[in-house]
Amino acid sequence: MAMLEVEDLNVRFYTEDGVVKATNDLSYRVEAGERFGVVGESGAGKSVTSLAVMGLVDDPGVIESGEIRFKGEDLLELDDEEMRRLRGNEIAMIFQDAETALNPAYTVGEQISEAIRHHLAPGEAAAEERSIEMLESVGIPDPATRYSNYPHEFSGGMQQRAVIAMALSCDPDLIIADEPTTALDVTIEAQILTLLEDIAEEFDTAIQLITHDLGVVAEFCDRMMVMYAGHPVEMAPVEDVYYDPQHPYTVGLMSSIPRIGDDRDRLDTIPGRMPDLIEMPPGCNFHPRCPYAEEVCTRREPPLVDTDTGEPADVTDHDSQVAACLAHTGELTGRLDYEVTVRDDTHSRPVGSTGDGSPSE
Amino acid sequence: MSLRRYVLKRLLITIPLLLGVTLATFAMVHFIPGDPIDFITLFTELDPETKQQIRARYGLDDPIYVQYLDWLANAARGDFGTSITTRQPVTQEIAERLPFTLLMGSMAFVIAIVTAIPAGIAAAYHRNTKVDQVSRVAALLGIAIPNFWLGLILILVFASWLEVFPVLPPTGEGLLSSEMIVYTLLPALAIGTGSTALLMRLMRSSMVEELDKDYVTMARAKGLPERTVVGKHVLRNSLISVVTVAAIQVAFIISGSVVVEIVFSYPGLGRLLVNRVRNHDFPVIQALVLIIGVAVIFANLLADVLYAYLDPRIRY
Repeated sequence: MAMLEVEDLNVRFYTEDGVVKATNDLSYRVEAGERFGVVGESGAGKSVTSLAVMGLVDDPGVIESGEIRFKGEDLLELDDEEMRRLRGNEIAMIFQDAETALNPAYTVGEQISEAIRHHLAPGEAAAEERSIEMLESVGIPDPATRYSNYPHEFSGGMQQRAVIAMALSCDPDLIIADEPTTALDVTIEAQILTLLEDIAEEFDTAIQLITHDLGVVAEFCDRMMVMYAGHPVEMAPVEDVYYDPQHPYTVGLMSSIPRIGDDRDRLDTIPGRMPDLIEMPPGCNFHPRCPYAEEVCTRREPPLVDTDTGEPADVTDHDSQVAACLAHTGELTGRLDYEVTVRDDTHSRPVGSTGDGSPSE
Repeated sequence: MSLRRYVLKRLLITIPLLLGVTLATFAMVHFIPGDPIDFITLFTELDPETKQQIRARYGLDDPIYVQYLDWLANAARGDFGTSITTRQPVTQEIAERLPFTLLMGSMAFVIAIVTAIPAGIAAAYHRNTKVDQVSRVAALLGIAIPNFWLGLILILVFASWLEVFPVLPPTGEGLLSSEMIVYTLLPALAIGTGSTALLMRLMRSSMVEELDKDYVTMARAKGLPERTVVGKHVLRNSLISVVTVAAIQVAFIISGSVVVEIVFSYPGLGRLLVNRVRNHDFPVIQALVLIIGVAVIFANLLADVLYAYLDPRIRY
């Protein structure tokens, strides 16, 4: 049993323009101590997924069906009171923009202490002491003084550290980090990621990292899931996805990253935009943007299958690489003929690969 | 900067402001058309010499700046001169009526605060529901109805028809007697309704804005119960803008009291002011305008301090 099991999750937003299908039959697992990346463009359903796990999907959003099991317990069955006992305690969240996530009217220390007091009830002084320890553990110098500072007296990086301290304050087993470094500059980003890495190792905390930055995932995660229009399109150990992506969308995402030594005049972009989540294209949602799309793609929604066997995906098998593309069910006439080039620091060598998973060096 | 230093600094700024108010007050009263002598002598024909003597007695023949400085020096000692109408010391006349206006004003203010803030919170939290719509209509009415008209209606309904309130103020009762407090309720309601409506809408919009902020989701993500999320995190931030406007309402309540006191024959400063304006009783007018000005200044001072207390980013 995995620590977090999301099963066929469907989140809908009932708006005046229609029903927004934010996630569609989304299933994934996160193991204890695992670092799981969720990648995709804006609007792919990444943040909704994390809010759903936190039980914080708000009006007009509704979790229509599915299960979210945390340590075997279905969170959707819990009442508000029971959910609150988990939130901030066993499942914690790190927000994207620390500046807005901190309440400007209370000291940073108070904002950490209140969660500790609420969940662990150790008394005022002990809560303060623990908060100061937390501030210290996330690398904030002079934590005792910083405890009584207000958020505006912190720099951006320090604020993000404080938010991480908050998430860690009750020793959670799962941290959902929603773009924790997006608002920071690169040097701070590296520090924060290292910090999260150390913490995850020290406390054996599972981290679900949501990001649109493939570089961050490569550096940080064990496994990853690529999302498109509320669907998982590819899921596999990070290295498999990077060296041998099996979904045209993943390939498109990767070729749109600039690299040092890049000799392209223009970056490759994926043509078009993410579809309207109210009226999604029939068949494969990605087909209007897909260079390999065939007629069948407009009719048949591709199932998530094991790319080696073509069998329906088993989300509990963490070593398998799964993707939702008809190329893997043998329903396409053509092949996904792209090449993957792997660059080292010193030289680059094409390893080459075709979409059917057979390296052709 | 610490809160204490901020308050101290803010107090220092008040001093020139107060001086400015005295100057404006003095000048304003002296620009009122008509010769005060005529009101002192009740428009009797007098020979110029007698007129000159009276002028000298009231210090009206001195250069204007000497008059101002004299008045200021006396005012600083709490002496506002003698009323032209009653020949009573102005300070005494005001001291007799001030408590009544204070009672009415503070009741109006308390009514406004204790209804507006919870109602605003409820409307924001249940936004776009029945609760919100009812509060919106109520607020619109509250803002649109003029206070003197509301006063008349309140008298008509509660004093005349239902006879649950007296029509005239009780005589010979102490300020804090239950009769007086009951009598004050209607005028306080008449004055406070407009402020209640305004503050309620402001509280609602301020709260709606705050409820959408990330720190609210963050507070929920910490597992805090809703009453802590709203009552602690959202409330404090929503109050920041409300506090400033609430302080300005003090000025509205004071100016509102002038008309409403007439409607209710209420023995306060507002009615005194109106009566004495008719009689060109300039020492009384000057004193009253000054008191109103000072009250507004201190209400704003209080608002600034509260603002700084609520929002730690404001310490300049």
